[in-house]
Amino acid sequence: MTQDNPLLQVEGLSKFYGHRIGCADVAFDLYPGEVMGIVGESGSGKSTLLNCLAGHLPPDKGRVMFDTRAEGMRDTVTMSEPERRMLGRTDWAFVHQHARDGLRMNVSAGGNVGERLMAVGARHYGDIRGAAIDWLGRVEIAEDRIDDRPRQFSGGMQQRLQIARNLVTGPRLVFMDEPTGGLDVSVQARLLDLLRGLVREMGLSAIIVTHDLAVVRLLAHRLMVMKDGYVVETGLTDQVLDDPQHGYTQLLVSSVLQV
Amino acid sequence: MTMIKIENVAKSFVLHNQGSAIIPVMDGATLSIAPGECVALVGASGAGKSTLMRMIYGNYTAQAGRIMVGDVDVASAAPRAILELRRTTLGYVSQFLRVVPRVPTLEVVAEPLRAVGVDSATAEVRARDLLSRLNIPERLWTLSPTTFSGGEQQRVNIARGFAFEYPAMLLDEPTASLDATNRAVVLDLILAAKARGVAIVGIFHDDAARTEVCDREVDVSDFTPEVAA
Repeated sequence: MTQDNPLLQVEGLSKFYGHRIGCADVAFDLYPGEVMGIVGESGSGKSTLLNCLAGHLPPDKGRVMFDTRAEGMRDTVTMSEPERRMLGRTDWAFVHQHARDGLRMNVSAGGNVGERLMAVGARHYGDIRGAAIDWLGRVEIAEDRIDDRPRQFSGGMQQRLQIARNLVTGPRLVFMDEPTGGLDVSVQARLLDLLRGLVREMGLSAIIVTHDLAVVRLLAHRLMVMKDGYVVETGLTDQVLDDPQHGYTQLLVSSVLQV
Repeated sequence: MTMIKIENVAKSFVLHNQGSAIIPVMDGATLSIAPGECVALVGASGAGKSTLMRMIYGNYTAQAGRIMVGDVDVASAAPRAILELRRTTLGYVSQFLRVVPRVPTLEVVAEPLRAVGVDSATAEVRARDLLSRLNIPERLWTLSPTTFSGGEQQRVNIARGFAFEYPAMLLDEPTASLDATNRAVVLDLILAAKARGVAIVGIFHDDAARTEVCDREVDVSDFTPEVAA
């Protein structure tokens, strides 16, 4: 776990909206199997950063180096659009806060999972359906729901289906934008348990954007705190939460309501 | 030979949202612990026992000094190196159990073993052994410990802490609120760890327990900074 190379190396990443700062001068390394949390209030730039990292938004400055299977470290900012989209279908996954942004609502649950497999070349119907059933099981969706459409699912089930659709191709890096946002707490707990298990079993690396400090404490190894587009503090998750150094982090931690 | 070596460690808290008050809590903390040795941190409440322990674990930052655990300086190491140290070298039994909801007790206890690559069958055998020694009824093993009583949670926490045989361990009040039977089990676990050569730093408010397992005491009040007028 210590001697391997980073999976992702981010250097000087900045994004501006006119004169406004989206995110500025962000730099970090992420290693295989590591989960990094990004926290900050609304408008702190955490979602802008995530979208720049995942290739959904073009950054204005900086590099996002990813350790590709075929060619080693490549800057995903300057690679061609088809190459980046291929990464998005294979080694990368993106779990949206709202499942409907990451699912095709008019396609069956099995189709949602199978479609991503077909996008990377799977053609055998039996194999695809088998993989879909396997993945529905792993995210605790009953097999007899395979032909139902996501709109017939509860919010928590939709979110689990989105995760299955994303992970079926065996990605190495998963971007998550508030994956437990908008779900009630019992559903959140189930999802957290599921994500934690998948990260461990598949050796996934993940970057999780959230404003929920309890979620990052349980899922993330490392934490990055953002304010006004800048990273104001980074470190071990428990160290940042228990002994915050920056005034803003201290405010964030002390503002959490005790249950 | 030393396993843990703390040299001239200083710590202060800066409260940015309360007039940037600076609260110095420790200065010149120096101690070392050999393999097989158990050192008790003593001192009045608020003297910094837990603070020092948290600094050794990397949970609190240190402003100055070195905290060597094996060959890693926790005071300056990257997060990644500290995570690796916690996985393979340094165990910590805190007073509170913090777990992902829904995860069964057996898995909670076996997890530190799984994290170092022990296969699930072997890890489960060890977890079962510890849970039964600590008198957690078997019917609870498949349930999440989040709903257990305080004493049961503490025993699950101890089982988890002792599941993997770390070469160095931090124990924060491991016998607090345990009945006589379970207290004896925990003291046996500590003595067995010492016999294996584990270096232990502990906080024990239970005087008899401290006398039984600790080789010496370090008064952390000696590291309280002089308050500048």
